[in-house]
Parts: sequence; structure tokens; C-alpha cells
Amino acid sequence: MHNLPLPVTNPALFQDIWSWFCQLPHNSTIGLEFVAGERGRATMLVPYHTKLVGNPKTGVLHGGVVTSLIDATSALSVFSFLESAEAIATLDLRIDYLRSATPGSPVFCTAECYRLGRQIAFTRATAYQDGNDQPIAYGVGTFMRDSSKATLGSETVAEAGDANR
Amino acid sequence: MRTAESLLIQTLHAAKDSGDYTGIIEQIPYAQLLGVQMQEENDNLLFLLPFHERNVGNTKLPALHGGVIGGFLENAALLHLMWARESNEVPRTVDFSLDYLRSGKPQTLYAQCEITKQGKRVANVLMTAWQDDRSKPTAVARAHFLLS
Repeated sequence: MHNLPLPVTNPALFQDIWSWFCQLPHNSTIGLEFVAGERGRATMLVPYHTKLVGNPKTGVLHGGVVTSLIDATSALSVFSFLESAEAIATLDLRIDYLRSATPGSPVFCTAECYRLGRQIAFTRATAYQDGNDQPIAYGVGTFMRDSSKATLGSETVAEAGDANR
Repeated sequence: MRTAESLLIQTLHAAKDSGDYTGIIEQIPYAQLLGVQMQEENDNLLFLLPFHERNVGNTKLPALHGGVIGGFLENAALLHLMWARESNEVPRTVDFSLDYLRSGKPQTLYAQCEITKQGKRVANVLMTAWQDDRSKPTAVARAHFLLS
């Protein structure tokens, strides 16, 4: 993995994918937002909301919210490398919960695609909060590339991607 | 003092006696958001997630969001542990590993859990999610929980 940041491979595709991600029913339900992207990396966030709480006594977000955030951000980090639209599907995801998220503040996730194979993409992700250097969770995932004929993203960019094949 | 946490445990114990588990889900905002349901079946807990548009993560297939499947299973494992242990604390997830085997179709998702090992401090739980056919799981997961 490079250390010096480069722009995402296809900015139009990348933007199309993150804006498509954020409007998907479940992502918009949890309030997923795009923060930043570069080649091999992506950052997204979920704002704090009481409807996302898993333990009413502590007000801490449910682990499922962190899972959704890590899944989406990891997938987006794969797209930061891609030239053209395709469908990818999560094969597996392992999440280590290091500490509880502090109630009231958003959770960020930065994911890195550290190996893009022809068939499989490998990702690792960190979930964290502003004002605390200790991450709340780590996530490692694998994604199947070209998992279906229908490419992800809005129709326009997806079609351009198909034409490029 | 009657805290929210003990209220959750109390509701669970009351549900175990009455067989009506609707009150439990109302205690967990995220589970309510997903639309989780649970019931007892043959001395085991069965979790149900009827299809809701808001749980879709891919509108093209369409398919349930991977995070929804993960959250549904993690929630199921937590409730299963509390149900089986009659403990007075909500377990904490240490790690969670999820294998996605098939895409989640826009229909009810079912889940059941199995406690593989329960120690004094840590429990290992296996989870299976399926739709039409239990022998064709949508996802399987395993997790460790801290019990105290």
C-alpha cells in the first residue's frame, strides 16, 4: 500500500458510487455520509442518533450500526481503485470492538483496500471518533469482484463503465 | 434503582414466562429500527426480520444491507445469551465475524443461535441466518462476548 496519497482512479465513478451508497434505503436510514476519498482509501461517517442505540442504559450505538458503516466504507475503498463500474459483494467481515462509541458524537470510518486482486479485494478499516485517538473498532473484510451482472452506482456512470469493457 | 438495563433483563425474564417477546424489542431502539421480531420455538429462540424497504442496501438486485444482516445476527446473539444465561447484565461484543453466503432477498430473514462455549467471562456464539431453506444459509457468523 502506498503512503503518499493519490486521487481516486476514476473520480466520476467514485463520486457516483458514494452518492449512490448514501441514498440507499438502509444507509440513508442510519444517516451515512461521505467524508473523503483517495486512491485506496475512503472515509465515511454515521451521525449519532437515539434510534441507533443498542443499549438504552448507556445510549451506546448498536454494533450493527458500526457493521453497516464498516461494510459501506470498505466497499467504497475498493471503488477508489476501479476504472469502471462493477458489482462487488461482501464475502466476509470481521469486526473487533475495542471500546464503546461515546454517545452523542458521530462515528467515522476510514477503510483501506490493501490488495485489489482480479477476483477478490481485501480491506481493513478503523472506526473512530473525533477527540479520541483510540479507535472504537477494527474491521477486516474481503469482497468478491464482479459479483453480478448489474453494476453498482447510478445508471449513467454504470453504463459508461459497461461500455468500457 | 431500576435502571434501563435491568428493565431490559426484567422484560426478557417476563417474556420468557409469558412467551410474548414483543416488549423486548421495544427496549432496543436499533432492533426496533430494523424491525426485529423474536419468538420461542422448540425450546429455542427464533429471530425474524420481516422485509422492510429501509433495510435494503442494494436497490439493483434488490438485496438486504450487509450491515443489516450483521446487526440482526449480533442482536440475536446478544438476546440469545441473555435468554439462555438468565444473567443480569447485557453482554459486550468483543469480536464478530460474518460470512456472507448468499444475497439477502427482499423477504423475511430468520436467525437462530447456538452457544458453542460459555466460560465465566467469555462466551462463543454461532449464528445462522436463512430465508427459504435453513440448509441454504444467507449468512453465518460467530462472535465472542464478554459476560461480566
